[in-house]
Amino acid sequence: MPAPVAHPSPGHHPAKAPLPGDTFRHAPARPGAPATAAGSAGSSTDSGIRFDRVTVTHGRTTALDSLDLTVEPGEVMALLGPSGSGKTTALRAVAGFVRPTSGRVLIGGHDVTDLPPYKRGIGMVVQQYALFPHMKVAENVAFGLKAQKAPRAEIPGRVAEALDLVGMAGYADRHPRELSGGQQQRVAIARALAIRPRVLLLDEPLSALDAQLRSDMLAELARLHRELPHVSLLYVTHDQVEALTLADRIAVLESARLRECGTPHQLYRSPRTAFTASFVGTANLLPVTVRADGVEFAGRHLTVPTGDATPGATATLCVRPHLLGLGTAPDPQGNTLRGTVTEVQWRGATHRLHLAVDGHRLMADLRELRETPPLGTELTLHFAPQDAALIPADIQPAAPADTPANTPTDPADGGPRHA
Amino acid sequence: MLVHSAAARRTIWAVFLLLFVPVFALPLLVIVAASFADGWSGALPSGPTLTHYQDIAHGDALTALTTSVLTALAASLAALTTGTWAALAAEKLGRRARRTLDALFLLPLAVPSVVVGLALLVAFSQPPFLLNGTPQIVIVAHTVLVTAFAYQSVTAALARLDPAYEQSAAGLGARPAYVLWRVKLPLLLPSLTAAAGLCFALSMGELSATMMLYPPDWMPLPVQIFAATDRGALFTGAALAVALMATTLLVLLGVSRIRTRATYR
Repeated sequence: MPAPVAHPSPGHHPAKAPLPGDTFRHAPARPGAPATAAGSAGSSTDSGIRFDRVTVTHGRTTALDSLDLTVEPGEVMALLGPSGSGKTTALRAVAGFVRPTSGRVLIGGHDVTDLPPYKRGIGMVVQQYALFPHMKVAENVAFGLKAQKAPRAEIPGRVAEALDLVGMAGYADRHPRELSGGQQQRVAIARALAIRPRVLLLDEPLSALDAQLRSDMLAELARLHRELPHVSLLYVTHDQVEALTLADRIAVLESARLRECGTPHQLYRSPRTAFTASFVGTANLLPVTVRADGVEFAGRHLTVPTGDATPGATATLCVRPHLLGLGTAPDPQGNTLRGTVTEVQWRGATHRLHLAVDGHRLMADLRELRETPPLGTELTLHFAPQDAALIPADIQPAAPADTPANTPTDPADGGPRHA
Repeated sequence: MLVHSAAARRTIWAVFLLLFVPVFALPLLVIVAASFADGWSGALPSGPTLTHYQDIAHGDALTALTTSVLTALAASLAALTTGTWAALAAEKLGRRARRTLDALFLLPLAVPSVVVGLALLVAFSQPPFLLNGTPQIVIVAHTVLVTAFAYQSVTAALARLDPAYEQSAAGLGARPAYVLWRVKLPLLLPSLTAAAGLCFALSMGELSATMMLYPPDWMPLPVQIFAATDRGALFTGAALAVALMATTLLVLLGVSRIRTRATYR
């Protein structure tokens, strides 16, 4: 069960805080948290990853702060976050290259926290491929099988099978240096898959490739996962497109903490934190006050679904730039905003307009305009009520299935600072 | 080179030749010339002859050359093993322990080699460690002196080695020993052969510590060169020096051939 701890503490959270906070979080016994690994993962008998309050500190800095997260068997989980958010640390803790200061890592229901990397049965693909340059492609793919003393007769068949899977069967006799970046990455994936791992860890696997190749490889990875439905994938990336395309669920990390975890659709359509809203896709974050049948923004009434937010509360409204349209709303329910154009960027298919609406900055991505509005023009924009999402400033427990009963409630989010 | 104009390039070549030829090349050429000479009274040597080479081919010079080669092989092998081992171990140590180890391995370089020779002589003159008067003490001295270079170059190579290789191998289920044997050492091979060549060349030319230690039945070639020139047989000494140079150069060429084959990228 995923247990996202949506700590909304702002980025300037002091570095010394983790120590007392840590002991606090460990003190109460979690209801139902089993003492041993066995049985804790329920149905996940041979794959699946669980982070059980994993904390990693390097000296005085905290690289990962009490991460609670479960990757179900066969699930693709993307760890998304800016650099320094702890996502790579989390992946390295699963691989065994980083030792948690506290907490446990479970693979397939077994506690692997104390196991060395070579006993964990994981496949790993890293950004720089790390193919062994002194071995041919086939030898690279066979490496894991030989290291694990697979029956000699089986090895050629499994190497061919793995190379086939990534479409590199014709390159078995080449050296890595004779391959292009994309081909090397395919071989690296084949090498990781040849040992038939329970979980596949991908550490920014596409960031060294150019844009066109990256999108091809994304499709390739999606196909691979369809062909190997039982393998859990943990995919570390800072690229929201990769995460949205590939992942079943996305875990958003920031400042060593898990901010939010949910399906791409949930995170994109109804983000629960301002950070998620601005990191998963682009967002206009407008400071609003909740009213009975909508919100009030800069003295103007906007009709948006407010959920269970109490009237009078301050909140942040997320409006995606591409869902803003030019002109007044066609239907009477629609919301209208008026602002002055301060900047125009032409991006080929779209024009990005920056507007000042009563002193607030607003971005609008409009389909390529025939005539670019000159700076200083007064423009009217509209958006439909269902295209805006309210981010409550005080975080409310959202989907009950996603939140443990005793999620510590932290002070209010510094959301509007993103606006 | 970053020099583009033809005049500047010519100037740089001139400076290079003026500095390099007199300082590096000329003395070596003089040695070679002297080894073929009968006498040298004017500006040029006189009386080309092969007698010096005939002399050293018959005398104990050949034994001395074999002694030198065997000493250098044994010492560089031992130094390479020790240095590589220490460098691999140092990688896993903490910062402070590592710095201590670095200093320890640099010590024989900081101390004059005569002192290293004397220290070994004093230390190993009494039972239970009685090595005085054996070939082993010469080999030990050379090993102590050249291990620093092996350690340094392997440490530098390890620092350049991308940890992703080791981690990928471990992630694929390879035990540390397997990773070392199949991944790390093959990737370090170019540096290891370079270090081996350096150790060999240094050991072949070692004189000062050897002078303190060599027993009569284990006299390396540099000692014999020194003895020959000391008693005034300059041209014999020159012929011996040419033999030493040629042997060392041959071995280094062989090592660099291995290195070329070992360079993958």
